[in-house]
Formats: sequence, C-alpha cells, structure tokens
Amino acid sequence: MHAFYFFQCGILRHRGAAVFARALGVGALLFFTALGVQAKPLEVVASFSLLADLVKQVGGERVLVSALAGPDTDAHHFQARPSDARRLGQADIIVMNGLGFDDWMSRLARSSGFSGVLLTVSDGLPYRLKDESGHAHGHSQGHRHAHGSAGQGYDPHAWQDVANVRVYVQAIAQALSTRDPEGRAAYEARARFFLAELDRLDTDIRTALNQLPEERRTVLIQHNAFAYFGQAYGLRILAITGTANHAEASASHLARLVRLIQKEGVAALFLENVRDDRLIQSLQRETGVRIGGRLYSDALSAPQGPAPTYVCLMRHNLSVFVRALAPAEDAPVKAQTPC
Amino acid sequence: MHDTALYTLFMAPFADFAFLRRALAGTLALSVGAAPIGVLLLLRRMSLMGDAMSHAILPGAALGYLAFGLSLWAMTLGGLVAGLAVVFAAGWVSRSSALKEEASLATFYLVSLAAGVMIVSLKGGQLDLLHVLFGSVLALDDASLYLMAGVSTLSLLGLAMLIRPLVMDCFEPAFLRHRSRWSGLAHYGFLLLVVFNLVAAFHALGTLMAVGLMILPAASARLWTQRLTPLLALSIGLAFLSSLGGLLTSFHTDAPAGPAIVLCGGLVYLVSLLGAPHGLIRPRWPARRHLAS
Repeated sequence: MHAFYFFQCGILRHRGAAVFARALGVGALLFFTALGVQAKPLEVVASFSLLADLVKQVGGERVLVSALAGPDTDAHHFQARPSDARRLGQADIIVMNGLGFDDWMSRLARSSGFSGVLLTVSDGLPYRLKDESGHAHGHSQGHRHAHGSAGQGYDPHAWQDVANVRVYVQAIAQALSTRDPEGRAAYEARARFFLAELDRLDTDIRTALNQLPEERRTVLIQHNAFAYFGQAYGLRILAITGTANHAEASASHLARLVRLIQKEGVAALFLENVRDDRLIQSLQRETGVRIGGRLYSDALSAPQGPAPTYVCLMRHNLSVFVRALAPAEDAPVKAQTPC
Repeated sequence: MHDTALYTLFMAPFADFAFLRRALAGTLALSVGAAPIGVLLLLRRMSLMGDAMSHAILPGAALGYLAFGLSLWAMTLGGLVAGLAVVFAAGWVSRSSALKEEASLATFYLVSLAAGVMIVSLKGGQLDLLHVLFGSVLALDDASLYLMAGVSTLSLLGLAMLIRPLVMDCFEPAFLRHRSRWSGLAHYGFLLLVVFNLVAAFHALGTLMAVGLMILPAASARLWTQRLTPLLALSIGLAFLSSLGGLLTSFHTDAPAGPAIVLCGGLVYLVSLLGAPHGLIRPRWPARRHLAS
C-alpha cells in the first residue's frame, strides 16, 4: 500500500520533474539561442589595416574584424603565415582591395578552404587611374616580387580619394547586411553616420588645399601611392618608384628625378611609413629640397601613432602636406583637427 | 670640352650628380680595402670562405635591424659580431671534430643565412629584406661613407702589419708555426679584416654582392701577374675600374647599380681570362719562334 503510494508519488514526482526539466531545457535552449544570435559577431578578415578600420566603423560590435597586413606593414609584398591561413578559413567575410594590391588574398582564401563571402571593395568604383609607372623604372624592371597580376595595370591606391571610400563603405555595409540580415538596420545607420564624417573630411581637405598657391603644389613621394589624392584634390604627385615596385634603383632613374625636381619646382619631398627613407634623403642632399614629413600611405599607424584610423590617416597626411607646402609667410593655415 | 662625347660618357654623370660622386667615393674606399684582402683570400685558397662569410653576417645585421631599424651602427655591429662568431665557431668545430674548416664553415653559414632571412621576415615585409640583401649604393649617407673609409684605412694598416706572416702562411705554414707565434694571430687578424670589409661593403652592395669587389678583381689580377706587390696594386685598380664601369652602366642603361658593379667585375674577369698572360688563351698560344732557334 505504502509502496504503491510511494510509487505513485514517485511517478508523479518523476513526471513533474520531467515536465519541469523539459520546460527548463526548452527555456534554456531559447535563451541561449537568443543569446547566441545576438552575441556571436561576424568574423571578418580584411587584407590590410585600412580596410579593417572601415569594416569596424560600419560593423561596430556586430563584427569581429582583423587585418592580415597590420599597421605599418607593407601589404604590396605581404608574406602570409600559417596562422593567417587558419584565420581566413574560419572567417565569415573576407574584404580585399583588389586592383592588384592584394591578389595574394584571393589566393590565400582559396587555399585556406574559405567558404564565405569574398568582397572586393574596388569593384564598384566609378573610375580607376591607370598605373602611371610607365616612365618610372617600376614595371620595366619586371615583376620580381609576387605582387600579383598587377590588376591589369591599374593604380590600386583608390582609398586616397575620400569619394572612393564612400563606395567602399557602401559595399561593406551591403555585404555585412547580406550575411547578417538582422543587423541591416544597425549597419546602415552606422554607415550613414560614417559617410557624414567622410563628407566633412572631404570638405576639410578641399578647403585646406585650395588655399595653396599654384607653384607649391608639386611634391615628390617615395612610391606612387597618392595619384588618386593628387587628382581629386589638386596636387601634382611625382614618385621615385612605381605603384608597387621598389627594387634596386638605377643611377639614371635617380638622375632623371633630380633633373625633374630641379625643373618642375618640387616644393617638398615626403617620406612614407612603409618605405625605406634612404633614397628620399639622398635626393634631399642632392637638390636641397626639404623633406616635408612622413605620410601614411598604404597602412595605418599603430594605435598610439598619429594615424590609427582611416579618418585620422587622411587628416594627418593633410596636416603634413599643409605644413610643408604652405608658403612660409602665411600664418599656419588651419588648426589641427584632433582625431 | 664639355661637349665631347667622352666627357658626356665618362665625366658628366659625376660632375652633375652628387649621389654618383658619393657612390664613387664609397666604392673607391671599398676597393682600396677589400681588393687586397681578396688577393690574400685567393692566395690562401679561401675564396669561397669569403662568400660564405658574407652570408654569415646576415643574422647579426638582421638582429640589429630588428632592434633599431635600418640603423648603420646597429647593423654594422650586429654583422660584425655574427661574422666573428661564425668564424670562431667554425674554427673551433673544425679543430674539435671530424669536419674540416671549410665544411664546418659551410654548415654555419647556411644556418646563419636562413636565420637571417627568418629574422628579417619577422619584422617587416619583403622590401626590407631586399634592401638588406642588395644594399643601396646610390643612397650612401655621410655615416656610411665614414664607415667605409675607416674600414679601408684599418684594412691597409692591418695588412701592412700582417702581410709577411700571411704570405708565409700561404707557402710554408709549418715553418711559420714552428718559428713564430704570429701564425695564429695573423690568421685570426686576417679573418677579422675580412669580416670588417664585408660589413662595410654590405651597406653599399648588400650581403649577396659584398664579396664581389673582393674576389673578382683579385682573380682577374692574378691572371695578369705572379708577383705580390703588382698583384695587390692591380687588384685595387681593377676593383675601382669595376665600380666606375658599373656606376656608368647604371647611369647610361638604367640598370640597377649594385648588380651592375659586380657584373662589370665579371666582365673584367672574362677579359682577363681571354687576354691575360696567365689566362686561358695566351699560355696556349704557340710561341713565336725566335730567330736564333
């Protein structure tokens, strides 16, 4: 009797416990699913630091972005490591520039077993500049380095024109939204906000550079990374080496540059963060033209440096240009915008 | 006079451009220091050792670069330490094991070369590696010129002191070891000079070609004469000729300067092989019959 009672209680207890356990389980499942959908960020790998920053601006906390070629690293000649291939294999989205800048990225993606979306941000550009290194010894030296198929001879440094970065940002927002539809509203809002900041940046650059007199607009830089900047904002950019090549210089090329500097009235020489300084210093000794400062061309700086984000990079370069090119008798042209 | 073809071809580049004058000054300093060292390497049958050591200095220079960037003093000091370490390690291994000196040196230099490449890749991209391997003779700054001039002065002084034991060591090593304590000192002092010259040369020509101005002129000079003093003088002259020719070629044909200099040295060598008294052809040329016989 008691046993039966206990048995019934036992069943009841078991059944109750079972129902309770099941309810608890389902609840936990729903809870963790919800948590998972919200908390698991998209894994995005960008080819170089600049693109990684753009993705971070658009994606915010919904993305976990990293760059293969980090700050102050030359992405033209990037040597991938096994850990890079592993990271690519696990990524949801890969973002690369294209135009021959980072062809190693698509090769690496293929070999790493990547199965997500590969976004080439330069596909939607309204215009591209041809690679102008015909006269320089860059391409005539042959492609000694694995900088890819040279993108059909296009200059890949499109991010130096802020208008092109608007296209990049829109492409990134589109790709993120496609992969993560729940976040579409967030991505678009952040993109709008960032585009407004880009517009302010573009206006500031134009305002500052329009004040330069005509004879102070020719500059010489280490490699031909600023053609888009020059064309968009009115500077004449000369370069020692072509868009990617920087192998051994020849004496005749340097001699041509010296004559060019003297003839064309170059206002200042500029160093870069991812290039060796010695040739520019050699030209400075030869011609007496001053070195205007160090520009950030193909990579962001370290976080504590002057160009940790794209906007900071452009503003830093702008201030370097303005300080070097403004005629001596003018007062400082604009206050530095902190970034 | 300034319009003649000769002037335009040979003098105008140096008159017009300071960077070419600096390159010429640097390679002249290198020639004066390195070529006689090369002659002695040749006579002591250590020519390939010179090449091995030019690669052995790479990890030291790479470590200097890793710590201080492209700083002349850091890379020079690093290269020196690495070169000397390899020299002494190879010597020690050869005395303490079954391997002879050239085998142990080969093992050390291969390991150092790979270590050097790996160290440079750790920090930056391929660009920096190329600059370390190929040097930058057209971008020599004042510090590099002083280094090269200082090393060549040191080499001349060192050679002046060591020439007699070294030469004797080439021909009668047992005699020298028996008679004097200078043998060991001379050998290691000489190796020290080799490392110094390689480290100075590698800033201009890079590790791959630093030994070019050492061995090629010495080998070419050897084909012209057998006597020591003319040998030393001619090697310096041929080294300088190669540098001059290389820089002019780079200027007129848009070729990279470093390789042009070494290839010019190769051309001089080829000409010597064909035309010199001890080369390929002249010893085999039938001698003119003397009237009397």
